[in-house]
Amino acid sequence: MPTTDHTLDQILDLAAAHFKVPREKLSADDDFFKTLGIDSLQALDLLTRLEHHFRIDLPDYELQGVSDFRTLANRIQARL
Amino acid sequence: MNDFKGQTLSWQIVNGAIELALHRDPCNEIGSLTLDELEEFKAALPGLGNEAHALIVHSTLKAGFSAGADLRELFQRGQEMEKGAALREVREFLERIHSVMNVLDAAPLTTIAAVHGVTFGGGFELALVCDIIIADRMARFCFPELRLGLIPGFGGIPRLKRDLGNAVVRDLLLTGRSFNVMKAQQIGLVSQIAAEGEALRVARATASQVGKFDRRTAAAAKEFVKPIPYEELKREIDIFCDLYSRPAVEEGLRKFVENEGVQPYLP
Repeated sequence: MPTTDHTLDQILDLAAAHFKVPREKLSADDDFFKTLGIDSLQALDLLTRLEHHFRIDLPDYELQGVSDFRTLANRIQARL
Repeated sequence: MNDFKGQTLSWQIVNGAIELALHRDPCNEIGSLTLDELEEFKAALPGLGNEAHALIVHSTLKAGFSAGADLRELFQRGQEMEKGAALREVREFLERIHSVMNVLDAAPLTTIAAVHGVTFGGGFELALVCDIIIADRMARFCFPELRLGLIPGFGGIPRLKRDLGNAVVRDLLLTGRSFNVMKAQQIGLVSQIAAEGEALRVARATASQVGKFDRRTAAAAKEFVKPIPYEELKREIDIFCDLYSRPAVEEGLRKFVENEGVQPYLP
């Protein structure tokens, strides 16, 4: 199983590529709504892409109040 | 009327299939104008059915298939009227849209929902009346109504119960969670998954395939395997109206309508 750091790296890579943000501008504790400039619909899009990437089913209520990449990585890690 | 171009939806016949396209910004919210045009489609369907063997329902909007009922209209109408009148209007709306959904559900042609992106609430319910759901890889499904203190009102619960196991229905309904196409296929909701942007093309190929078979046989097979749960559908309207009258619903709707944050679509 990948480590949480590895999961976090993959999330940052995927978010940077999809939302066309330079990877070096993203860090673990960023508020992804602000850093990526996305709304809740785009956040659902990101969630769907992450679920496909990690082959998991992550109920969106687990993301309630989550806005930073590190916590997102922890939530995903718990489903791997 | 083989072709129609409305404000919220349009239809045309393409290669023997009726293509009903939803196109009301921002995400095909279903309010009174959409209902008026759905009723026009319902009235035109018998004539269209003489020249087509299949119906494809899809959205031309990037955001998705449909975000469901127009909650802003529901809230505003409720504010403009006294409570009894508002409740009567809600019941009338539900009875009208159930009438449309029931006709689509029982239509003697093969019906296909080609969905992508947001397929929530009433939009999900529209997909559920179709015989086959073909989903884009990025489609996402959800019944968020309990977040508002309501249940789905366009026939969603009886049709989910018809098609899925009850334990899954309880999970989807009672958590209000959204889920992706892999989960949707795993639970038996989606029969085919298309690559991003390919759902309509896959639906057209499927419509072409079903057109090879004898029309009357296909209609008989459909009627045999797809009973319409009329009694439960009526009961759903009663339960929805009972719940709608409570102050908690008004507050739930107000919270959604007045939400200017980044998370209105997250639970």
